[in-house]
Amino acid sequence: MSRVALRNVWKEYGDHVVLERLNLQVEAGEFCTLVGASGCGKTTFLRMLLGEEEPTRGGITLDGEPLPAEPGPDRGIVFQRYSVFPHLTVLKNVMLGLELRAAPLSGHLLGAGRRRAREEAREMLAAVGLEHARDQYPAQLSGGMQQRLALAQSLVVHPRILLLDEPFGALDPGIRSDMHRLVLDLWARHGLTVFMITHDLKEGFYLGTRLLVFDKVRHDPQAPQAYGATITYDLPVGATDRGLYETIRADVRKTETDAAVAA
Amino acid sequence: MKRLINFQPSRTTGLALGLLPFVLLLLAYLMASDARLAENPNDKLLPSFASLGEAVHRMAVEPDKRTGEVLLWADTGASLRRLALGVGISALIGLAFGVALGAIPLVRAGLSPFVEGLSLIPPMAILPVLFVVFGLDEVSKVVLIVFGIAPFIVRDLQQRTRELPRELIVKAQTLGGSTWQIVLRVVLPQILPRLLDAVRLSLGAAWLFLIAAEAIAATEGLGYRIFLVRRYLAMDVILPYVAWITLLAYLTDVALRLLTRAAFPWYRHAVAKGVA
Repeated sequence: MSRVALRNVWKEYGDHVVLERLNLQVEAGEFCTLVGASGCGKTTFLRMLLGEEEPTRGGITLDGEPLPAEPGPDRGIVFQRYSVFPHLTVLKNVMLGLELRAAPLSGHLLGAGRRRAREEAREMLAAVGLEHARDQYPAQLSGGMQQRLALAQSLVVHPRILLLDEPFGALDPGIRSDMHRLVLDLWARHGLTVFMITHDLKEGFYLGTRLLVFDKVRHDPQAPQAYGATITYDLPVGATDRGLYETIRADVRKTETDAAVAA
Repeated sequence: MKRLINFQPSRTTGLALGLLPFVLLLLAYLMASDARLAENPNDKLLPSFASLGEAVHRMAVEPDKRTGEVLLWADTGASLRRLALGVGISALIGLAFGVALGAIPLVRAGLSPFVEGLSLIPPMAILPVLFVVFGLDEVSKVVLIVFGIAPFIVRDLQQRTRELPRELIVKAQTLGGSTWQIVLRVVLPQILPRLLDAVRLSLGAAWLFLIAAEAIAATEGLGYRIFLVRRYLAMDVILPYVAWITLLAYLTDVALRLLTRAAFPWYRHAVAKGVA
């Protein structure tokens, strides 16, 4: 049984087709990178996995069960911005998930439970290299540190799937490669299934195990919204070579140019 | 020479410039008062500083012959009590309804048009209703303040709650939070400093409604006293009272600002970085 399976999924807003004919099976432990032109529905796809959007047609299953129609603790998320709580210190940001799980009414842990949660959160912070900053507020951290915190915060509740929506898009290149190492390390250590959107095709080509390219295969210049994007390439990362990289890049460029012309 | 828009005053220059209008106003008052008193020593419109001082002494130090109370302090106590009750109740209503309206679409759908309608009723227009329903004593004054500012606070906090990044609410759900937990641990703590901001903004209106209510029916209070002594053209009492009310309003504002800073250290960082 696949961890995530999509069966002929469509997403439409009125007559605007965003995604069409999506069929996909992802096994536990895979690391999928999602690339494609902007406006090609990558984020919509992620939001459907998250439960924030529902498919207009078709179905999504998670470990064989229909995907819940709202976000839940089995699917963690890291956004590009606003992923951490500004009013909580670094340590309390990570403890929050543990507290919510253990204290349904008050949302706060006390005594021994609190000590255990703090210990667990500190281990998680150490794993992402943030232990020294545990009493600071997120606004006092750099962008890279905030994303490390967001990862730690998501992983402390042990989600089955980790969704990353361009998590490193706003970071400097040097920091970004540090973050790649960290994500690969966490993925391996926690046995996660990862879906990561990236704008950077190169990132998609070597990070993870599987590359999914979202693109429009049908164009109607008179009605640019009549056809949606679908998965045009679904490749194991090892099998990608230079020629293919150029082809995909050209495809994605063309879609972006078409969209710009249509607009 | 730099352009005017690029010219930043130094700290001392800034302070001096800030004080200048106050000094000018005082000077203008002094000159006008002197001129009028030279013409008519019994003029009551612009009393000299000496007679203002006498009046302050009479009101703030000597007990009143009739009641035995020192009037300024009795008035201040009565007014501040009404103000604190009215603003406090409004803040609680604002917090409860603002967060519920902002965070829960069903509540918003049901109550938002009603709150909006309520906030459009001019509070002064229903003051007679309040007097009829609650009588002429304390309750109607407090209710007038609540009626005047609570709808504003509710609507402001509803807006602030809705402005919290959607990402944070989604994130809290992926950490397993229920609606109640998310309101308690994610929404409320982030709305509290904004509540203090809203209270600060509504204090001016709160004073307005307080003084209006006291002017119409009261037996003590700052507004009551001003409107009482107006009958005798007692500018020597009115002017210090107005200055005192202004000072109280200023101090309340400063106190709330300091409280925000001390109680929510993260808020300043977050606002400065644009992530709150």
